[in-house]
Amino acid sequence: MTTAMRGTSAEGTATDLPRLLPASQQPQEWHAHAARYGGRVPFRGAPGRLIPDVREAGLTGRGGAAFPVHRKLEAVLDAATSRRKTAVVIGNGAESEPASDKDATLLWLAPHLVLDGLQLAAEAVGADQAILYTHADRRHDVGRRLEQALTQRRQAGVERVTVQLAQAPPRFLSGQETAVVNHLGGGPSIPTFIPPRPSERGFDGAPTLVQNAETLAHLALIARHGPRWFRQVGTAAEPGSTLCTIRRADGTARVTEVPLGMPLRDLLGPVTLDGAVLIGGYHGTWLPVAQAVQLTLDNHALQAAGARVGAGIVITLPPDSCGIAETARVVRYLALESAGQCGPCLNGLPRMAAALAELAGARPRRQARADLERWAGLVTGRGACHHPDGTARLVRSALVTFAAELDRHGRGRCSGTNPRPFLPVPRAQARTEEDWT
Amino acid sequence: MLANVRGIDSTTALWYASRATGVVALLLLTAVLLLGILVTRQGRLPGLPRFAVTGLHRNLSLLAVAFVAVHVLTAVTDGYVNIPLTAAVVPLASPYEPLALGLGAVSLDITIAVIATSLLRRHLSRRVWRAVHLLAYASWPVAWLHSITASSDMRHGWMFALAIGTALAVVAAVIWRLAAAARDVPRAERVGLLMSAVHGAHGRERTTRR
Amino acid sequence: MTERLVVNPIECDGHGACAELLPEMITLDEWGYPIVDGRPVPPALDRDARAAVSACPTLALRLLRS
Repeated sequence: MTTAMRGTSAEGTATDLPRLLPASQQPQEWHAHAARYGGRVPFRGAPGRLIPDVREAGLTGRGGAAFPVHRKLEAVLDAATSRRKTAVVIGNGAESEPASDKDATLLWLAPHLVLDGLQLAAEAVGADQAILYTHADRRHDVGRRLEQALTQRRQAGVERVTVQLAQAPPRFLSGQETAVVNHLGGGPSIPTFIPPRPSERGFDGAPTLVQNAETLAHLALIARHGPRWFRQVGTAAEPGSTLCTIRRADGTARVTEVPLGMPLRDLLGPVTLDGAVLIGGYHGTWLPVAQAVQLTLDNHALQAAGARVGAGIVITLPPDSCGIAETARVVRYLALESAGQCGPCLNGLPRMAAALAELAGARPRRQARADLERWAGLVTGRGACHHPDGTARLVRSALVTFAAELDRHGRGRCSGTNPRPFLPVPRAQARTEEDWT
Repeated sequence: MLANVRGIDSTTALWYASRATGVVALLLLTAVLLLGILVTRQGRLPGLPRFAVTGLHRNLSLLAVAFVAVHVLTAVTDGYVNIPLTAAVVPLASPYEPLALGLGAVSLDITIAVIATSLLRRHLSRRVWRAVHLLAYASWPVAWLHSITASSDMRHGWMFALAIGTALAVVAAVIWRLAAAARDVPRAERVGLLMSAVHGAHGRERTTRR
Repeated sequence: MTERLVVNPIECDGHGACAELLPEMITLDEWGYPIVDGRPVPPALDRDARAAVSACPTLALRLLRS
């Protein structure tokens, strides 16, 4: 594997995908990483110098919100300068969405790219400490891999800022930005109110940059190859590539790197036109396959259909599964994962879950559908975080996409012949305050 | 002279004024505490909108401060016994009834802190404000003990009944509030509890024909 | 300078005093929590908005300059 890597110069393969994941799908140790990307972290020598390149590259956050990365970097650097307080950088690999596996895969296969990005982000905002926050043992023991990677880097002498590893509790909201900062500061891993933004006052009161693990990996490559290289794939408005978790109707799941703007038709594989796909994960949107195959994987195109790229999750519902029943299971999980802090989320999500459970059964009350639509409207925009908004988005899209199926349930029928659950939903639920620590 | 018969003349007027304002201040502080205890999600006064409870709580507290101020100033100004001004805020600074007046000073200090943080409430975090505000629960019993110990009137007759009445009212209100707090569900359990409640309502999984 | 009403939903316990004082901009949902109009507070409602902010027992309602 290593020899194959050495055979291709970094520049020559730069525009080919995958950029982030090793083509071999084997974990990339330091020497392999150094052979592929160069064994030096391309530091710029002073805070702020990398930011113009990131702006020109048009890199956006790959954690789901797609916020422009240069603006976050600028905000943290400005706050650090004006408040004369040294910034902190947090690499967020706590991918809490059960259907997503892209950050865990990236950290498993290419930890050094993320760690390069963490060092570069730290330099860009003048931080003197960095934390990498992950779910340590979901499918792979990412925690151990990262420890080994850090040892290799110290031996290679490429680390400037000390990196600490920290572990997120296995909760849906663990990866939410303020929850990350709250937990690392010794509090429960649940969201806090903005203001203050972490970029103003985050970890330990310092201006804090929280950046998704994949975003950091892209940052490391922009620092090496420059913004023009980065824009060679993707669309003009949304340049670059993105990692996706693709779950097909046959139950297979894979993580793949695709250019933004890629036709969903090519991403989905074999589908039936009367089926449905879920774009953007459990805070995402159900779309009829017939509509989805007309679209491309970028926010501009998806927005028109009420969807977003999110964290790059694309799931095809098997034709023999009931979309309402699947959504009901997911919403029940999402409701149980609410931190219960905000009145509308606390009251709305359990009721929405109950109404969906009713709709998933035979001959639901007519009122259940109207209730669901009203509650979805009522919770949107009224939480400290976007958990109620995302849940409402999923529910509303299910009501539209599965409208015909809902009518069928009204007549006591269901087209789902396979009772086996399809979408991955963890069983866990927070029962005490300790479940958030 | 009528006033002389009752013992009020120019030499004792201040003394009587101090005692009278003291009693009124105790009643006002009791009302303020009761209203404060009532400010919960469930707590309402019949016929009053919610904002009126907090409004009354706030305005009566300012009125109580005015009465306490007159109460203290008249006691200090009165020449019959020697109470230095410092004794109003420094415990045991008075040669006359050091213990009883010391209790008054402690209560006044706490009250000042509670009122000052409330006036500055907008600029404080809720945690800080609330922590100081909870001290009101300590301030009231100290004020009550001050009344009982400093004034022999308060230990007899209808004044004594009044003092006991305020104490009973406060104890009852505190018990009500504690019971309400005990019904509070810890944050982590709220969603699960509501979940089983709403699913029980009409959510029995009905079977679908597949 | 315009000001907007912002409610911190974590602090808010749904006492509902704000909706009584400023019904023009704050209504209560079916669970008693405030639905706040996020548009700038018109000058005519400035006094009522301030009253609503100071009436909140949990300091959850604030006026933020925008």
